[in-house]
Amino acid sequence: MTTLQDAPATTPAAPKKVKRYSTKPRKSITLTLATGVILLYSVVPLLWLVINATKSREGLTDSFGLWFADGEFLLWDNIVSTLTYDDGIFGRWFLNTLLYVLAGAGGATFLAVLGGYGLAKFNFPGRGGVFAVVIGAVAVPGTALAVPTFLMFSQMGLTDTPWAIIIPSLISPFGLYLMWTFANDAIPTELLEAARVDGSGEFRTFFQVGIPLLAPGIVTVLLFTTVATWNNYFLPLIMLKDPDWYPLTLGLNAWNAQATTNGGEVIFHLVITGSLLMIIPLIAAFLLLQRYWQSGLAAGSVKE
Amino acid sequence: MMYTSRRNLLRLAGAVGVASVLAACGGGGDDSGTGGETVSADDVTKALQDGGELLIWSWDTTIKPTADAFMAKYPKVKINVVNAGTNADQYVALQNALQAGKGVPDLAHIEYYALSQFALQKQVADLTGFGAPALKDKFAPGPWNGVTPNGGVFGLPLDSGPMVLYYNEEVFKKHNVAVPATWDEYYEAAKKLHAADPKVFIAADSGDAGTTTSMIWQAGGKPYTVDGENVTINFADAGAQKYTALWQKMIDEKLLSSISGWTDEWFQALGNGTLATLVVGAWMPSNLVSGAPNGAGKWRVAPMPQWEAGGTATAENGGSAMSVMEASTRKALAYGFLEYLTNGEGVKTRLDNGAFPATTADLNSPEFQAKEFEYFGGQKINELFAQSSANVVPGWQYLPFQVYANSIFKDTAGQAYITPTKLADGLKAWQDASIKYGNEQGFTVK
Repeated sequence: MTTLQDAPATTPAAPKKVKRYSTKPRKSITLTLATGVILLYSVVPLLWLVINATKSREGLTDSFGLWFADGEFLLWDNIVSTLTYDDGIFGRWFLNTLLYVLAGAGGATFLAVLGGYGLAKFNFPGRGGVFAVVIGAVAVPGTALAVPTFLMFSQMGLTDTPWAIIIPSLISPFGLYLMWTFANDAIPTELLEAARVDGSGEFRTFFQVGIPLLAPGIVTVLLFTTVATWNNYFLPLIMLKDPDWYPLTLGLNAWNAQATTNGGEVIFHLVITGSLLMIIPLIAAFLLLQRYWQSGLAAGSVKE
Repeated sequence: MMYTSRRNLLRLAGAVGVASVLAACGGGGDDSGTGGETVSADDVTKALQDGGELLIWSWDTTIKPTADAFMAKYPKVKINVVNAGTNADQYVALQNALQAGKGVPDLAHIEYYALSQFALQKQVADLTGFGAPALKDKFAPGPWNGVTPNGGVFGLPLDSGPMVLYYNEEVFKKHNVAVPATWDEYYEAAKKLHAADPKVFIAADSGDAGTTTSMIWQAGGKPYTVDGENVTINFADAGAQKYTALWQKMIDEKLLSSISGWTDEWFQALGNGTLATLVVGAWMPSNLVSGAPNGAGKWRVAPMPQWEAGGTATAENGGSAMSVMEASTRKALAYGFLEYLTNGEGVKTRLDNGAFPATTADLNSPEFQAKEFEYFGGQKINELFAQSSANVVPGWQYLPFQVYANSIFKDTAGQAYITPTKLADGLKAWQDASIKYGNEQGFTVK
């Protein structure tokens, strides 16, 4: 499965730098070429996917991979077959994925923002300890935790329910760390003090002063967690047995595996079309949220 | 692709699942199949009338329509069919569910090679007390052998995979090569085809455990002998040597394509004539029809090549059983559906949906044998399948940890396909690794 690898820069540059570069953009042929190569590298698989989603089973095996098959353009038929195959289970998988993303990635982002803000802007005993734990947690791949989590959840009777996907997705150590460093830079402590002097409560300050300043960071974390949840494979593979709760990753894999089954029906053309349909929302999310990555919202709000 | 890493992860997860293969055996008891409860036909009939819910795990697409027909017949029964993954993926899931003690299905689809593992751990119910032994003659010998490891009956055959030679007639005719009847002729045909057109290979093999064991099985080899917890593994007997001698020649002379089986590239090669033959089980036609549509009309079926001219020996490749899980609380009801599915009216539903039978009545029925297949140029291929099914070499056994053993095949024996390692040495490495693992799991393996 291709993911969009050209993720945004993790931490927006400090406001001062932005100013210096924005006045005088530098040109470099090497750099342009290098980014061109990277662009090609990212776009070719996507192009392949779009082209091959227009082919029939025969066309897939007969024609050149990076060009259309002669005389057939079956994109529409393939989309219809994908959406109707096996009583339209694809639509159900799509909604499941959406649910996991909204609840899981949304919740993970919210928690990361709360935690990051708290850690960045409040001094309390044990902060260094929390920091160490978070940094450690970033280093542990989620896959390594999947099996122990499965055993724990099955004790609690949560396996084979949507909760088994949503609850682990809520925890994003990387998101928390990102939010923390971002909040450190983006929210001047003086601004919070000013709000407190004006009689604003801590929560009101957080929602009305903190959140707007953190918006670019929030969007970044939201995109990261969205991509992670959208493409999550191993956790649902272990947790879910009921195809009615599958996300798209598992569903498409099940379709792909049909080819290797004794007497199974081979439906590569539907797997390819399904993959294409699956990445469209991700691309849309990136394009729509792009304009929020602007740093320097707080620039000039206080004297430094 | 992330396939290898995913496989390793699965292996890891599987290792967690089977971390205690023998823990459930109470250590060293006598595991001959006399366990299990007793359920009479009346109990089953009553269970069907009282109804209830059944959960089935299967990746076979023919189970659902059969379950629907069954529910129409017994309105009080509700059956949920769940595809929990294909082959090894499902075994990992099943081990995990058993480990967790929750979410275990009533019936599970388990291939013959994996069944003895679940049987030995008493995770699937012994159906001896359900009257299953009386069904012996209803099934072909190969599949029946598959469901009766250690003397019990640990499931009923769902389908079978008697082996045949699928060949692309167009390619053979074009290069004027005779269809091989023996393995020597097969080797000659491989040379001729590849010399005539360097793009054409007689077969693709990059190392596949199931294919290798089936080939050795047909050659009369018995690499595995299993007696309860005492296991012997020997990949150097006469049968195995016949196979390694031939296959080593094929590998050395680069007569085998390195395309991995079951990939889109593989299906493509089967469709465009660059892979000329396929020696595999009788369930293959529906995969060919949907996977290599451009091969339509070109493919034919012939008996499996022989080690001795005029011989008829064949082996099983793939094929699976449906088993009642020991953890099920509705075994009588589950057995009622199992009978319907494997040797009752359900068989017809499954055959209509493209399954290959394991029941002798269907294998030998004139209607089944007379069916002409358009994809195979109108050939009555079922006749050859039935013939192959009757000629499977008896007495084959799988390891009680075959799932794991197969998962390490690529890293051991598979090396012979990509490095100068000899196949015989590769199989020896596979043998050693399997012995080591078996002993770690508490078996006595030599």
